[in-house]
Amino acid sequence: MVARAQAVTAARWVVLVFFALLCAFPFAWATFTSFKADADLYTVGHVPFLYNLPPTFDHVRVLFQETEFLTFVRNSFEIGVIVVAITLATAVPAAYAIARLTGEWGGRLAMAVFVIYLVPPTLLFLPLSRIVAELGLQDSIWALVLVYPTLTAPFSTWLLVGFFRSIPRDIEEQAMVDGYSRAGAVVRTVLPLALPGLLTVVIFTFALTTNDFVYAVAFISSSSNMTISAGVPVELIRGDVFFWQSLMAATVLVAIPVALAYNFFLDRFVQGLALGGVKG
Amino acid sequence: MAEVEVRDIRKAFGGVPAVDGVNLVCHDGEYLVLLGPSGCGKTTLLRMIAGLEHPTEGDILIGGHSVRGLPPRARKIAMVFQSYALYPHKTVEHNISFPLEAQGMTKEERATRVRWAAGLLGIESLLQRKPRQLSGGERQRVALARALVREPQVFLLDEPLSNLDAKLRASARLELKQFQQRLAASTIYVTHDQVEAMGLGDRIAVLNLGRLQQIGTPDEIYHRPANTFVATFVGSPPMNLVPRDGRLVGFRPENVRLSTDGQRLEGASFACHVIRIENLGSDRYVYLRVKGDEGDTNVIAKLAVAEQLPVKADEDAQLSVEQRHLSYFDQKTGGRIAA
Amino acid sequence: MSEPVAHRTVVFDESPRVHHLLDRENVLGPVMLAPLLVYLVALVGVPLVLVFVYAFSDASTGSPTYSFVGLSTFQRTIADETFRTALRNTIVFTILSQVVVIVLATILGFVMTANFRGKWIVRFLVLLPWTTPIALSALAWLWMLDSLFSPFNWILGQLHVVAEGTPVAWLGENTLAVGSVVALQAWRTMPLAAVILMAGLTSIPPELNEQAAIDGAGFWRRLFDITFPLLTPIMMVAILFGIVATFTDMAAVYILTHGGPGDATQVLASWSFYTGIESGSLADGAAIGVFMFPVLLGVCLLMLRRARRAEVL
Repeated sequence: MVARAQAVTAARWVVLVFFALLCAFPFAWATFTSFKADADLYTVGHVPFLYNLPPTFDHVRVLFQETEFLTFVRNSFEIGVIVVAITLATAVPAAYAIARLTGEWGGRLAMAVFVIYLVPPTLLFLPLSRIVAELGLQDSIWALVLVYPTLTAPFSTWLLVGFFRSIPRDIEEQAMVDGYSRAGAVVRTVLPLALPGLLTVVIFTFALTTNDFVYAVAFISSSSNMTISAGVPVELIRGDVFFWQSLMAATVLVAIPVALAYNFFLDRFVQGLALGGVKG
Repeated sequence: MAEVEVRDIRKAFGGVPAVDGVNLVCHDGEYLVLLGPSGCGKTTLLRMIAGLEHPTEGDILIGGHSVRGLPPRARKIAMVFQSYALYPHKTVEHNISFPLEAQGMTKEERATRVRWAAGLLGIESLLQRKPRQLSGGERQRVALARALVREPQVFLLDEPLSNLDAKLRASARLELKQFQQRLAASTIYVTHDQVEAMGLGDRIAVLNLGRLQQIGTPDEIYHRPANTFVATFVGSPPMNLVPRDGRLVGFRPENVRLSTDGQRLEGASFACHVIRIENLGSDRYVYLRVKGDEGDTNVIAKLAVAEQLPVKADEDAQLSVEQRHLSYFDQKTGGRIAA
Repeated sequence: MSEPVAHRTVVFDESPRVHHLLDRENVLGPVMLAPLLVYLVALVGVPLVLVFVYAFSDASTGSPTYSFVGLSTFQRTIADETFRTALRNTIVFTILSQVVVIVLATILGFVMTANFRGKWIVRFLVLLPWTTPIALSALAWLWMLDSLFSPFNWILGQLHVVAEGTPVAWLGENTLAVGSVVALQAWRTMPLAAVILMAGLTSIPPELNEQAAIDGAGFWRRLFDITFPLLTPIMMVAILFGIVATFTDMAAVYILTHGGPGDATQVLASWSFYTGIESGSLADGAAIGVFMFPVLLGVCLLMLRRARRAEVL
């Protein structure tokens, strides 16, 4: 029995290592590449898995000092913050109304909102590019600020409906009996209790805006207004000249913090999926 | 303190009536119990008084003024929910002071009031705890403290004992009663437990299927039920109903006298067959079958163990009940009729 | 009992009727919903209608006006060889990648439900493909599959699978390029499917498997008779997410192959982008995009049906 248990453990680790390699290898390779000297990297015949020349920080320095990487980061961050604000302002009241006030048709509405989440940017970017142009927002980060909530608000609403429904009605009704209006009851009891859900929404709104590629490349043309997702692959590759080490450094520098944030909130996210369910 | 009056109130959810034309008054300082099985509309009625549901028809008056259209916060009521609905993210102290904050009371005033309410319920030592660190009984006290801290016109209690275990429930019932007597506040108390209703209520309103069946003192409800529903819902075991001469004869199990020697009380008597005898410690339940023209009826008699048992299982016997313990009901409508 | 007479005066909100309207749920509900609905109608509903309008018109980025041309844009689109490749590729990429995802995500879901030391770091690593913005991970793949410097090429060279000096053009040869795009799509959608499956696995009551074990069912029997059937609904959700993500994505193709070699890896989304934005023909781009619609509609209907069934349960 002991031998069998050990075999099971060993087999599990074999599978886990396989998956870890499969999933993380491109990033490991990117990290490894970031510190290679040009003469090492671009010499055919060098063993690619070794530092044939001493590793160097030069290309990371180039990324920060000689490219617009930091501009992209700042743009993404600014857009993210504003989009989070718009998302919360629209999704929180809507989710609360669906969860509490609208009864049966609220359930159907939740479903409709979820369906909207499935309408992809690659179907909408053409008319939106025209709408954005007519609003005079072409090549402005405000174009993305305007459009991103269509990606984030439906998903956030759907997630929050589940969180709100998991809070007992009694709590806010008690607050209403205790002397507060419904709005007061929501602000003082429901929102503090839904804080994990709200934080999850903030994180995933940020992640979704960072993730977008289509709208960013469709609406933005000058590199000073680009986001990370569009700027790094589009603007840092000029013709056939690749700064591979810098590009890979940028990839890893974005991937790691985003992944950490996701991991921190994954359980809440899964809980949200289960709560909001596809039940609507 | 104030009187609560419910006038012709109706509430339908999607066309299905939950409360169907109820009139009742809870007098100033009275302890009124709404009793009924689950789904009878008692909680809906309470929630309408609180302002959490809007009546489809009818009016509610608190202290002589219609509260129709007033939100819960403007009705000067306090409510204790079945779940106690303590704010899980606030300390006990903050829970109790929360209704006072809504009134814009100063911090010092609030602290004084919280100490007063906590003292009244003996929970001063719990003030810094969070609700999840409290036992069921402690939670109930916190909920009561929060309800009384702002001295409302009316207390509304929705099955506040149902989350406690059986042992705790008896002592909590006693405390609730003493507490209400001290405050002398108008109280409307919802329960499906007839023992709570009988023990706590100045008067009991029995509801079924959204309609008021009877309103009266515990004594009236028990001894003079207005119809067969009240007769069988209140009392454990319930009132026996035996068809005789085109009407139903009702009598309580404890009023039954059994004999095998032809001795009988002045009143009604029936020939019966003893099916089974159950010894419950202080009482015995004797299960009987009474033969009648329209088939057999099962009857339960409750006899004190201290008395000698006059019958044995599986023998024929005589059952009799004194005239003053008899009720009569119409066989069709179930309504009470004169003897 | 001593009454705290000093505090006897109870001050209530003196103007409850001022907020009267917002106390009514049938007013408050729509008011709270309005901002979201207005936003979504304006920026999802209207564009969605416009896509169809454009597809029946001669709209282009150059001119502010357009006129209706009936089905002629569609006729031109369907006659186009690249479009047909793109349509076929979109379907093939989606099916192939999601088949791979079903297999891998199920295995990963199973091993990840167990508790073991170091789970946190393993979870972090296997989630990377999902959490990283697709444009950036595609870039990492682009470097990993570089025709000259790919580590895979070096390994294959060392193993003498390929001759030295004739590197494998992962992205330059039709079949390999298709394989690369499919692999990238499977790789990036697999972790979310595994996460969803994990949630499903943990929600299966252990009593069911224990009961089956007592009844004499072996591991495989339990797996196929109990676990898999109970997992099917949530597996559906996972796969539907994967289908939508793969079917509508353009970043992977745009960055990895630019639709090439030739137009061998072009998909509807990327071809619509090249046509609509880079060539400026809104009408043709919209007509291409419209072909994504039936599949999306089907996915939505499946989701709704599943939702209805879930509500019955």
